[in-house]
Formats: sequence, structure tokens, C-alpha cells
Amino acid sequence: MILLGMPIVQIILFGFAITTEVSNARLAVLDESKDVTTQRIISQLDASNYFDLTRNLKSYDEVEPLLKKGDIDLVLLIGPHFEHELKHSGKVDLQLMVDGCDVNNATLLTNYAQQIINSTLRSDNLSAGTITPQIKLLYNPAMKSAYNFVPGVMGIILMLICAMMTSISIVREKETGTMEVLLVSPIHPIAIILAKAIPYLVLSAMNVISIVLLSVFVLQVPVAGSLWLLGSLSVLFIIVALALGLFVSTCVNTQIAAMLISGMMMMIPTVLLSGVIYPIESMPVALQYFSNIIPAKWFIMAMRKVMIEGVGLSCILKEVGVLCFMGVVLITASLKKFSIRL
Amino acid sequence: MNETKIDTPVLQVKGLTKQFGRFVAVDHVSFEVQRGEIFGFLGANGAGKTTAMRMLSGLSKPTAGQGQVAGFDIVTQPEQIKRHIGYMSQRFSLYEDLKVWENIRLFAGIYGLKSAQIAQKTDQLLQQLDLTAERNTLVSQLPLGWKQKLAFSISILHDPEIVFLDEPTGGVDPATRRLFWELIYQAAERGISIFVTTHYMDEAEYCNRVSIMVDGQIKALDTPSQLKKEFGVSTMEAVFQQLARSATRNSE
Repeated sequence: MILLGMPIVQIILFGFAITTEVSNARLAVLDESKDVTTQRIISQLDASNYFDLTRNLKSYDEVEPLLKKGDIDLVLLIGPHFEHELKHSGKVDLQLMVDGCDVNNATLLTNYAQQIINSTLRSDNLSAGTITPQIKLLYNPAMKSAYNFVPGVMGIILMLICAMMTSISIVREKETGTMEVLLVSPIHPIAIILAKAIPYLVLSAMNVISIVLLSVFVLQVPVAGSLWLLGSLSVLFIIVALALGLFVSTCVNTQIAAMLISGMMMMIPTVLLSGVIYPIESMPVALQYFSNIIPAKWFIMAMRKVMIEGVGLSCILKEVGVLCFMGVVLITASLKKFSIRL
Repeated sequence: MNETKIDTPVLQVKGLTKQFGRFVAVDHVSFEVQRGEIFGFLGANGAGKTTAMRMLSGLSKPTAGQGQVAGFDIVTQPEQIKRHIGYMSQRFSLYEDLKVWENIRLFAGIYGLKSAQIAQKTDQLLQQLDLTAERNTLVSQLPLGWKQKLAFSISILHDPEIVFLDEPTGGVDPATRRLFWELIYQAAERGISIFVTTHYMDEAEYCNRVSIMVDGQIKALDTPSQLKKEFGVSTMEAVFQQLARSATRNSE
């Protein structure tokens, strides 16, 4: 239940951590015109339920620290001679700045602000057309946060379920002594391992399906590439993760050790170095090299290409190749260890 | 079972040797176990008992030597051997989070019994052990003594020709051990040979014949009474002490 529910909870947490309803968003204004029209716009914004004017800024330098700290949700920048420009050229210098990390919220805030500004201008008969302010999303200009975390969550969840649960379940049998009995029985060792791995394969496949469905229908993240390719890529990654779990289980003899190794030594690097939280390009060079041995990194890279860019197999050959290679190495190594142990 | 089979020993090995690098764990061991015999396999920790048992049960290949178990060659037919032997380890080895009947069904299935056979054997086994009322109990909730009896009965469910018991009574009180040995005798009467390792010297007295391993070699092999006579002592404990004292290998 936990294993099935976890991805759903995570997706929802990541996607809707901030409610879609905007009220009393904190607004800061840098007004370089200070004419009647701009005062009118600002007071209209402040009067609406959506925004509260909390700061009047004096210079551009104040903007970024405020947004970074999260003290302010939206900044309105008005260039000099607003009224004059509006009347004569119709080209005004109006900019909205918002923290783009939470894409949903950023879009909502800018849309509301834009509407209020335009309706104010229209009601005052100052402008017949619509003014489109320049919108600047800090930290995430392409607004692709969902694209970033959907493959990321997939990578982490699959790693967790496959590697950790497989290793724990096999080591558990060793610990209780049932593995010994199974090995003395006529069942082939390969059959034992397959029997251990298949439930987690099925479980993971269900997780992949639920994540994709949620991201398409709830988070509105369309899958650009072929679903077939996405599915095969996931299965490949699941197999690599299962092999990793198997390998861990052949190395340790207690559940605690299996949990520690797969938890500390695999999960943390997977979360930190796979590019989900920190972009790999901005890591120190040594860590960049190290991140190459993390299967999730390759999976997430390939997944992004398939989901966002919609490319075919030919463009992710490198990632697929690396994953295949890792899978083969891990399976060979664990089978070798397994038979030595006999 | 046909006549010729009854005459040949169920287990025989000659010069059985297992070497790990330069360390000779089992050093040219030869012995036979007859059908229906209870064969005690004694030795201090590290004497090579477990290694020998692994070779006999088809888990590892000997470095040298030859042997047959249940009529199959230990070098070339380990898979056949696995099908015809039973095994119960020192660590209690049923699935604790499965019910009693589920454990029976699982292991019966593993040894290839048909569903109809399994149903019938399950009822029979539960009746024998007086566990019919506990059919749906989780194994983890059974007392240790019952678990062990259940584990043993399951290990001979598929009527193996020989069953390997690796310190089956470890950590059990004397009264329960006594009851457990009654089960062993019943199985032996049904013609199943018993190959048992133990740390308890009183249990060695229950065996038909006993071998004592020291430093990878069998240093004594006879009936308990003969061994006591030979060493001029009154208990198996004393026989064992005399032999174990000569060991040069440290126990693990």
C-alpha cells in the first residue's frame, strides 16, 4: 500500500504544494514614473483581493534579494514616463517579476496582475488595446518544473522500490534461514531470484503507469515522445535497479546492512546527483564524473528527452546503452557472487 | 522401493575432499549411511561438518573424491540429489509470516507435489502433529518446539530417501528435544535415513552410529556403545572431549 501510494502522494505534493487559489499575494512595486496612471494601477492592484502592496522599492537592486528570500511574491516594475509613453507611442515599460520555481503559482500571479492592469487602463479610457507587460520568471524561465520533477520522481521511486526492496527481501530470507532451505530444494537459484524480482517489477510498472497518468491528466504535462519508448525505457531502468538490489543482497547478510547500503549509499546519491535537485552542469567536476555511475541520472536524462523533446530511440542511444551496460555488469557480478556463495 | 535399492547404502562417499585455497576444510572423508539408519555427524565448530553437509546435499562440488546420495552422483547429479533429500537447518526455517497450511503448501509445491496430494498430505501431517486446530495460525505464533516439529515434518513431506538435519534441536529445552527425537525415530521406521549434526552429546546416544570429525577428518565412526568401549569411558561426552582435545584448528 505504501509502495503504491507513495508516488501518488509525492506527485501531488510536488505539484500542488502551493494552492492554486491566490489571495493576498505580497506585491512590491518599483515605480519610476510616479504619475497619476501608475498610482491608479497600483492602488487597483492593492485594492483587489489578490494582492497586498507590501513594499515600495527605490531601486532595482532590491528586487532580486526580496524574491530570493521569498518575502515578496510578485514585483511590478514601471519604467519612467509611463503616462507619456502610453499616450504617444503606446509602448510602455512595464515588467512583472515572479519566482518561477513554482510554475503554477507564477502563472496565476502574472495573469491576475495583467488583467487588473488592463481593466484599470480600459476603465479610465487611457488605452483601447491591451498592454502586455514583460514577464520575467526568475530561476525557471522555461516554466518546465513539472518536466523536471516527473522523470526525477520516477527515477527515485523506482530506485527505492526496486533496489531497496529487492535487496531487503532477499537478505531477509538469508537472515531467517529460509534461503538455505530454498537453495537445497530442487528449485533452480535463477528461479528463486526471478520469483523475488518479478513482484517488484510488476509493482514498479504500476508506479510508472500511475505517475505518467497523473502527470498527463492532473499536472497537464503532456508526453511528447512515444509511450512505447517511455515504457521500455522504464522497464530497462527497473531491471537495472533490480540488478542493483540483487547485487547488494549478495554482498550483505543482514536486513539492516541492506537497508543502510541501499538507503544511504544509493538513495542519497540518487537524489542529490541525478540532476533532480541540483543541475549536474553546476556541480564540481569531480561530482560530475561521479554522477556518471548513478543509473538514475541516465534514466532521468533519457526520460526528459522522451517526455519533453519527444525524440525517438536514436537520440537516447547513449543513455540506453549505458543503462544496458550497467544492467549486464550488475547481473553478471551478482550471479557470480551468488554461485560462489553456494 | 525395490529390493536392490534396499541393499545399497543410501549414502556413500569415498575420499571426499573440499579445499578452499590452501585450507582443506574436508580431508578425504569416507563413510556410508544405511537405509533407515540414524547417523550422527559430530564435530566441533569449524571441524568441517557444514562443508561436508553442503557437498552431500548438492550445494557445493567436492574438490576431490566421489560419492552417491540417494543413488545419484554428488559431482554430476546435484539437481537430482536435491529432489530426493530433505533438509532442515539449525536456524528455524519456515516462513514466519505465513500460516501453517501455507508453509506446508509452499514447500510441497517446491518439491513438485500435485495439489490433490498436497491437500491429503496436509491433513495427514496436521493430524499427526496434533496441529489441526492451528491450521490457520501464523507460524510466528507457534511455540518453538511446535515450529521445529512442523519444520521437520515438512522436510520429509515428499518422502525423501535421506533427510539432513543441521543441528535441528539448537536452543530447545530437553523435554521438547526428547519429543523431537520421537519424530526422528518414526521417520527412520518409515525407512527414511536420518543424517543429523548436533552439539548435544545425549542426542549422540540416540543415534544408531556416530562419526566424529576433527580437523576435517573423521576420527571415529561406530555405534555409541562401541565408541565408549573403545575409548574406555562411560559417556559420549567423554569420547568427544578426548577426540576434540587433539584438534589443532581453532573453532570459528
